[in-house]
Amino acid sequence: MMAQTPYQESLHLHDPQSFWTKYVWSQDHKVIAIQYVITAVSVGLVALVLSGLMRLQLGFPGSFSFIDPTSYYQYVTMHGMIMIIYLLTALLLGGFGNYLIPLMVGARDMVFPFVNMMSYWVYLLSVLVLMASFFVPGGPTGAGWTLYPPQAILPGTPGSGAGIVLMLVSLIIFIVAFTMGGLNYVTTVLQARTRGMTLMRMPLSVWGIFTATIMALLAFPALFVGCVMLLLDRVVGSSFFMPAVTSMGQQLDYGGGSPVLFQHLFWFFGHPEVYIVALPAFGIISDLISTHARKNIFGYRVMVWAIVAIGVISFIVWAHHMYYSGMNLYLGFFFAVTTLIIAIPTAIKVYNWVLTLWHGNIHLSVPMLFAIAFVITFVIGGLTGLFLGNVAVDLQLGDTYFVVAHFHMVMGVSPILAIFGGIYHWFPKATGRMLNDTLGKLHFWVTFLGTYAIYFPMHYLGFLGVPRRYYNFESFEFIPPSAQTLQAIITVVALTVGVFQLVFVFNLAWSAFKGKRADGNPWRATTLEWQTPDTPPVHGNWGPRLPVVHRWAYDYSVPGADQDFLPQNLELVVATAGHEGQRAQGSEA
Amino acid sequence: MSAIPQVRANPLGRGTVEAGQGVRATPPLQPPVVRRGTGGGWGGNDGGPLTGGDGLPLSTAKLGLWVFMGVVTVLFSIIVSTYVTRMGFADWRPLPEPRLLWLNTGVLILSSVAMQWAQVAARRGRIDSLRVGLLAGGVFAWAFLAGQFWAWQQLGASGYFLAANPANTFFYLITALHGLHLVGGLVAWGKTTVKVWRGFEVRLSVELCAVYWHFLLVVWLGLFVLMLTH
Repeated sequence: MMAQTPYQESLHLHDPQSFWTKYVWSQDHKVIAIQYVITAVSVGLVALVLSGLMRLQLGFPGSFSFIDPTSYYQYVTMHGMIMIIYLLTALLLGGFGNYLIPLMVGARDMVFPFVNMMSYWVYLLSVLVLMASFFVPGGPTGAGWTLYPPQAILPGTPGSGAGIVLMLVSLIIFIVAFTMGGLNYVTTVLQARTRGMTLMRMPLSVWGIFTATIMALLAFPALFVGCVMLLLDRVVGSSFFMPAVTSMGQQLDYGGGSPVLFQHLFWFFGHPEVYIVALPAFGIISDLISTHARKNIFGYRVMVWAIVAIGVISFIVWAHHMYYSGMNLYLGFFFAVTTLIIAIPTAIKVYNWVLTLWHGNIHLSVPMLFAIAFVITFVIGGLTGLFLGNVAVDLQLGDTYFVVAHFHMVMGVSPILAIFGGIYHWFPKATGRMLNDTLGKLHFWVTFLGTYAIYFPMHYLGFLGVPRRYYNFESFEFIPPSAQTLQAIITVVALTVGVFQLVFVFNLAWSAFKGKRADGNPWRATTLEWQTPDTPPVHGNWGPRLPVVHRWAYDYSVPGADQDFLPQNLELVVATAGHEGQRAQGSEA
Repeated sequence: MSAIPQVRANPLGRGTVEAGQGVRATPPLQPPVVRRGTGGGWGGNDGGPLTGGDGLPLSTAKLGLWVFMGVVTVLFSIIVSTYVTRMGFADWRPLPEPRLLWLNTGVLILSSVAMQWAQVAARRGRIDSLRVGLLAGGVFAWAFLAGQFWAWQQLGASGYFLAANPANTFFYLITALHGLHLVGGLVAWGKTTVKVWRGFEVRLSVELCAVYWHFLLVVWLGLFVLMLTH
């Protein structure tokens, strides 16, 4: 057996010299994380504007001449795809994953820094390709974010020229980018943990991001295959998914393909995607709640296993998105059952969050407000999921605003609340300055109450049978006029909430330079990222020696301890009279 | 750990530290102890397993490769399942597999054998065998790709165009995707070959190449059997 050098020692980090290698072509996971966050937030603002335009049409139909059916469908499609893939996935895994994993497990960087850098630049390329579709003739695709063939690639659908091609190419590029990043996240968690950082001592944020990354690595290939095949159907005229079809009076050359095959591929990716977004949010929320309630997380091991169980089960529920496509009754029954079963580990997590809060020393800081709001919102979105998981109910509600309300609550608003909470929480570490508290609270209350005012009424619209995806509702006798009034109110609130996100953006920009200076551990948190010698952490994170971990991540308010938190790298010397050792008996997980 | 300075002629210096990253070479003429100081002079921690912490007892580059191969396996599994599904539809017209594919398969097997040869040679410190094995492995791989391209030409010449039938499209898609993955491997192979001739430490790189080559061979055999099944 040859002598082996500890990995961290032999890790040769590049030494950034110029502005360019330090901030642009950087291989430092923290810089890459911030690049991911800035890009994702920018593209997210585009998607936010698109949703505002959509709401203008829905609230005040016909008042804005520039919103015709074509552009409306383009707004819907691009809003959905950008928010889910290019904002949420990129921000939670590329942003939070990159920033937190090496710091939280006590590594100097990701294990493959060059591949990590490539991941960001390829991601940026995918974003640019997608944005380019706004400027091509015919505009971006309006096929709906699910891109179902045959309509997605047939003339008559908005953007069926260059728009759909750019969308598919952009997704393929994104998946390549994500795979490069994902390899890093998984390998870093498995290989680069510092001494003492066992898997069962990792903060739940890392567990959530780690599990979500594995899921994404398994799920994205399905989307990749679907996109490549759809691209071939569109560009060279093959018939993977295209049945014999007559379009605008003309028989096309397609024949024999199966649109449902695409749906299977899409949702085999699409449903795990919900949890790819949710699991990192779960992890972040767990850490936020524990830290700001000064209390150890309730049921750490169960929390970990719940994350893993959700990850596994989420791969066998995808067809609940396809009840409408026609399905064998027993198959539908199977998918309904698995869908309902996934509520069990999810409910365990919710109980544990609430039990963590129970008798906690709750600090209603801005991150904590967002964390609590997340739990409430996720419960509501999850409960409506139980409605829709049942075939019989789904067939009634599936194409109505009830679904719009459900998925926005559960995978729109919830993860965004977790992201906001996470940004307010870790901003001081990333910049060395606190975000402004007053602006933060203003942002929180408007966002939290606003989203309820937007999405709660949509459940009732759904019960009224108001169909989703429609440009207007002129010829529906059964929809009462009051529904239109409600739509107008929703639009006003949505635009208000949208504009108030500028408060957040302003807070980020202003506080990064002018905010109150933060010390290294303003929240008095236990996890390793708060124990770095420098704030913001410098290249290499830890100075000359890596931290050594002695305890789990949640030693808050340990009885008998001098302070109400014990950092993971704190070595306790059991008290003997006359010695100056810390007098606490650290509880080990 | 012995700290014998490496010499150019011997890229298999026994004293070298197995780097955590296969792609990054130990600079020539630099004793391994010097590496400890690179990257800003971090002294590292108090020993422990390879990672210096609680990682797995496995080289990081190798683990990264295994994770990647896992993703590629998923990718091809999904293609296989769509293939099998699509096969069941009425309009499926199997295309005659060119006999050339048998030859190509043989060439790919030879490529894998040569890579294995190179890996064994690297482990035993036989630099000449290593060079021969590595070169042969690469050349056979290029020959395989050329053969696949030729098979495309043959099919095209006989009227089996890309979009004429789903079986054709699948054939082109599957061979192209497999070929692209091999091209990616050849990039790593090229870097490794350059390193060998420049006298860098390459044992890990050669091993990673061999593992990836065997993997792509197994994938190809699976795909080939699938495409022979009508």
